[in-house]
Amino acid sequence: MSDLLNEITLFSVVSLGAIGGVAAIILFLVAQKFKVIEDPRIDEVENLLPGANCGGCGLAGCRALAEAIVKAESLEGFSCPPGGSDVMQDIAEAMGWAAGESTPMIAVVRCNGTRDLAPPKVRYDSATTCAFAHALFAGEGGCPFGCLGCGDCVLACAFDAMYMDKETGLPVIIDEKCVACAACVKECPRNIIEMRKKGKKDRRIFVSCINEEKGGVARKNCKVACIGCGKCMKECKFDAITLENNLAYIDFEKCTLCRKCPPVCPTNAIHELNFPVRKQKPAETVES
Amino acid sequence: MEKLKTFVMGGVHPPENKLAEKQSIIRLDPPDSVAIPLSQHLGVPAKPVVNKGDEVLTGQLIAKGEAFISANIHASVSGKVTKIDAVIDTSGYRKTAILINTVGDNWSNGIDQDESLVTDYDLDPKEITKRIQENGVVGMGGATFPSHVKMMVPKGKKAEYLIINGVECEPCLTADHRLMLEKGEEIMVGISLQMKALGVDKAIIGIEDNKADALEHLGRLAGKYPGISVQGLKVKYPQGAEKQLIKALVNREVPSGKLPIEVGCVVHNVGTSFAVYEALLKNKPLVERVVTVSGTSVKKPGNFMVRIGTPVMALIEAAGGLPEDTGKVINGGPMMGKALNDLQVPVTKGTSGILIFTEAESKRPQELNCIRCARCLTICPMGLEPYLLAQLADKKRLEECEDERIMDCMECGSCLYICPSGKPLLDHIRVGKNRVGKMIRERAG
Repeated sequence: MSDLLNEITLFSVVSLGAIGGVAAIILFLVAQKFKVIEDPRIDEVENLLPGANCGGCGLAGCRALAEAIVKAESLEGFSCPPGGSDVMQDIAEAMGWAAGESTPMIAVVRCNGTRDLAPPKVRYDSATTCAFAHALFAGEGGCPFGCLGCGDCVLACAFDAMYMDKETGLPVIIDEKCVACAACVKECPRNIIEMRKKGKKDRRIFVSCINEEKGGVARKNCKVACIGCGKCMKECKFDAITLENNLAYIDFEKCTLCRKCPPVCPTNAIHELNFPVRKQKPAETVES
Repeated sequence: MEKLKTFVMGGVHPPENKLAEKQSIIRLDPPDSVAIPLSQHLGVPAKPVVNKGDEVLTGQLIAKGEAFISANIHASVSGKVTKIDAVIDTSGYRKTAILINTVGDNWSNGIDQDESLVTDYDLDPKEITKRIQENGVVGMGGATFPSHVKMMVPKGKKAEYLIINGVECEPCLTADHRLMLEKGEEIMVGISLQMKALGVDKAIIGIEDNKADALEHLGRLAGKYPGISVQGLKVKYPQGAEKQLIKALVNREVPSGKLPIEVGCVVHNVGTSFAVYEALLKNKPLVERVVTVSGTSVKKPGNFMVRIGTPVMALIEAAGGLPEDTGKVINGGPMMGKALNDLQVPVTKGTSGILIFTEAESKRPQELNCIRCARCLTICPMGLEPYLLAQLADKKRLEECEDERIMDCMECGSCLYICPSGKPLLDHIRVGKNRVGKMIRERAG
């Protein structure tokens, strides 16, 4: 009886072992044959990225960016807004490439039509999304370019970097939290939010208006609208300001933050942020 | 009388409130100044052919529709062109318009201002279409599609029926009703002209049975005009929509995304037929239209024949002035119309009514959660699922929206009207439609 048992045990062990061995060899050969060679650097790069999957780089997520970077074998043309140049520097070091300069950017709201400065003429009473209001009418204040104040941009922000100011009815960007993913830029139906260079010490100067109507019409609806008078353009020594469709625009690449244009604006449409308080006489020296 | 017909799927019965149905059409004097927008029709805006400072006569061509889908625009008053500038129009935005200061009321040569009926004509179909185009006739029901385009049947298609829309299913509005009663003969002649242009021998006028007098009046007149018949319809909103009207009258279904000509029908409004009559037999371009001014708080609700470009405020004054507790002034009907954000906006070719709502009437109900009662599904005349579309549109699931046929929605507002939770379903669907439309355009390149 025990002999028979031994025999069966032995037979089972040997045969199963043999099947296992053959299967292992087949699997090994098949695995070799159909091997997908993935660059290990993709994982390496992905680990260095922030992992927010925000889409700010214009690709589907961090993995997609890592794949694209490794495929291109360079950092040229790629940027990670949340990670900034630090992350790019890390990746460059790990890969042994030279890092491209990436300028830190930040979202800027180009409308200052607060409830006081652009008083509402009608009351809006419908679905509270900007997308809907934009399709419906010019806005409570009557400016067809200005902020509608329903907060679609705030909902689009994945980094909690925006909130609606209840007093003014305008969105506010929290500088420290904004990672320049540009989700709000894409969401705004009126294209009010722009990505601008963060500037030295977070300083920036911009025209806080995108109204292209004639001066008089724009002014009727909003006290701080750009009226396209061109005074700032004449004042600028660096050709940074252009005037098109009754609207001034400051090119942030050319702007040297000299602070000469804000005082000449008759409607205070040019905003300067994070500068020291201005002395009585505007500073003559060019700050760089 | 034969049995009343109606469309099958969905529909609602909002309170009719046809306060001005007994008021005869009153012709208003030309206003002191008019603003005539260049885009009063669907399609490409017209190009101005006058300059600042020019003297114009009533009925003179001032802007030419050059594209295929566009329409000519004529001066509605005589006087001097003060400027060509952007003014707020019914869209809520500033659009280019021609502003004219009225001086007297001198009409262009060749326009017959006499109200007497003309029934004799000797025009061939091509000439009818050409004259309709020259005189800037557009769909008067509100959609303002250039009428001459509808008259050109595409190759390979054949029109069998001309369907005339006398339904006026929107509550409150009575402009078409009064026009049918007072200008019945003219409408009949207009329909005969349209039939000739299209080469059809059957025309059906659809009228809801809440307008029994118009139904009877036109029914009597129809005997004199071969091929024209009048059909009574059960009251149901939105019967005046093209596809629903075709279903009700000839029991044919227009396929999704297709035009009525696909099933051999061409649909025109009674107002358009009247405009065609005036354009061809009186040589009078589309420079005036009937507008209903109504509302529970309005002192003298009425129907007014006004010049295109008249400020809405002038109409309200004619109806007894703006009531004190006004909450909203609506351009169009209460179901599909849009609140105005300025009372100086001009009357355009598509303005069928100006409705004044009190503060209490214009208040939206508080929005509650969806209770899955499926009422919006049962009443949707296009067989859509409004609650689902609204949700998908909100979450930007655009491909799914497209699969659920969001583009078939005609924005009749029945779902919003019926929702017991007061959800602004249509508002969300409209946003979705905009986005899906954009997606489709981008895909097409």
